[in-house]
Amino acid sequence: MIGRLRFRLSKHFGAKNVLDDFALEVRGGEFVTFLGPSGCGKSTALNLLAGLLAPSAGEIWLDDQRLDPLPPERRGFGMVFQNYALFPHLSVFDNVAFGLDVRRVSRAEVDERVRRMLALVKLEGFEARYPAQLSGGQQQRVAIARALVIEPRVLLLDEPLSNLDAKLRLEMRAEIKRLHQGLGLTSIYVTHDQAEALSLSDRIVVMREGRVMQVGAPADIHDRPRNLFVADFVGYRNVIPLTVTARGADDRVTAEGAGLALSGRCEAAAGAAVLAAVRPEDLRLTDDARGPSVARGTVRLVEYQGREYDVEVALESGVVLKARLPTAPKVGSVVALALDSARVVLLPPEGAA
Amino acid sequence: MKRGGLLLLVLPSVVYLLVMFVYPFAYGVFLSLHPAKGAAGASLANYLAFFGDPWQLRTIAVTASLAVPNTIVTVVLALTVAYAMRRGIWAERTITALLVLPIALGTVLVAEGINGFYGPKGWLNQGLQAAGLGDPPRLTHNYTGVMIALFVQHFPFCFLMLLGYISGIDPALEASARVLGARPWVVFRRVMWPLIAPGAAIAFALVFVMNFGVFPSAVLVGQPAGATRTIAIAAYQQAFEHCDMSMASAIAVVMGLCQLLGLAIVVGLRGRLAATGVATVGAGKR
Repeated sequence: MIGRLRFRLSKHFGAKNVLDDFALEVRGGEFVTFLGPSGCGKSTALNLLAGLLAPSAGEIWLDDQRLDPLPPERRGFGMVFQNYALFPHLSVFDNVAFGLDVRRVSRAEVDERVRRMLALVKLEGFEARYPAQLSGGQQQRVAIARALVIEPRVLLLDEPLSNLDAKLRLEMRAEIKRLHQGLGLTSIYVTHDQAEALSLSDRIVVMREGRVMQVGAPADIHDRPRNLFVADFVGYRNVIPLTVTARGADDRVTAEGAGLALSGRCEAAAGAAVLAAVRPEDLRLTDDARGPSVARGTVRLVEYQGREYDVEVALESGVVLKARLPTAPKVGSVVALALDSARVVLLPPEGAA
Repeated sequence: MKRGGLLLLVLPSVVYLLVMFVYPFAYGVFLSLHPAKGAAGASLANYLAFFGDPWQLRTIAVTASLAVPNTIVTVVLALTVAYAMRRGIWAERTITALLVLPIALGTVLVAEGINGFYGPKGWLNQGLQAAGLGDPPRLTHNYTGVMIALFVQHFPFCFLMLLGYISGIDPALEASARVLGARPWVVFRRVMWPLIAPGAAIAFALVFVMNFGVFPSAVLVGQPAGATRTIAIAAYQQAFEHCDMSMASAIAVVMGLCQLLGLAIVVGLRGRLAATGVATVGAGKR
């Protein structure tokens, strides 16, 4: 089972471009996540791969086979839906057996494979139950077993955890990772939750309005977002407008503004406007109020988050910084916040990227 | 105290049911058991007369010969069209509105329309003659006319009911069945039909009951003295031509029993579906 998937797809509904020339190559055994807000085209892309929608243009190749002319039932994919889509009139056993039954697998083999799969998702003893008699987490396990029992060449998962409560979501997330690795699957996962994407994926595709904003390993996306959209989506909640004042070799620049002088890498000429994106966790209180990467301001708001505090500090320049701090400063007091220069990301202004 | 208040809330509808339904119904049964002629006291004379008279008894067969095939054709066609339209189609609102029209217009106007279109001098026959296809078939004032009228009246009703039922089924069920390897026909047979069947059974039962009570169409586009002398016509004749309310009531009770029998058969079939786990969970999302 190699399962190398290559595709290039476009989809428009009337004049609206839902997916604009989305191309990707997924290696066999890779776990790829399409990440983005609702309406970014990630689910459309998944439905095109499954064959549930017809592309406006493009091709899909799996190893040496062209898939896009085939109807969904001949693609040999497994798919897990957001609302599980279990057949309400069939028992757990018959739900899982469905894909084997339509392939006319012998009764004895169906029995053996269904039981093995139910054991794998820890649902032994539930064979005779109906979906309505199961909890959300159990239904999700049945849905996963049903998709995996046919030994799909590629597993497609459409926001499979978004209907579960927070604790169950973490458990199922680990479960999906375990199954993916244990079975050597090629998986494509759609979500709007960056934590899910970061923890599960080998590679993340961040999407917006039908376009790819960035493709990279989780650490790339997390630490080196290439534009403001990706930065905002993965938790860079502070954006400080700066101007490039000096430019060195290898795209190293110094940028100033809002009483700060920061250095970093950016393809920007001297005099150009740039944005510094900073995570709240990368700000810390300091007693040493001097230095180019220290911002002084007045505490406006303190929110206890359990263990840490979310603090809003208004700088003299008018910029408001959001910081996550281990101790709570007094509201109204003047504090100095040190920026970790190595963790600040300099980005071209929105629209220039 | 609280229970008393709740019971008071139920009272108006109970009174309404008693006055408007239970009393007239019971009175009808009572009347049917007290023939106009003959001795006082209850007797089955009316029923014996009905079942003893081939001309009257025949109305059951005539009515069934209209109601059963018409119900089957109506439900099967409505199911086919509704299933094809389950994900929405072009100009759906317009088409739906056109289909509702026969319900809104009422039986008599629809019958007039059928006479105007399918009648001996109707557009269809004139068109056929003009096209040189000659000797047109006779489509009104016979069995066929009533079949057409019943279909035109009951198809939209049945269709809308089934369309609502089918489009309430989560589209992801069909999608997941397809991805799991089922061809469209297999999806229908193994996933969609089991979920639609309870709704189809209800639609079948309702259309059957409406068909079995056919009266205006049987008179206006049928042959009320012969081929389409339905049981409702027989009851009407007893009541308003022979002024024998008692006999008319007996015939009406027989008609009601026939309809109940039809319902019982459908419910029994539905129960067999339920035994396989189908009707235990409704359609719709999970």
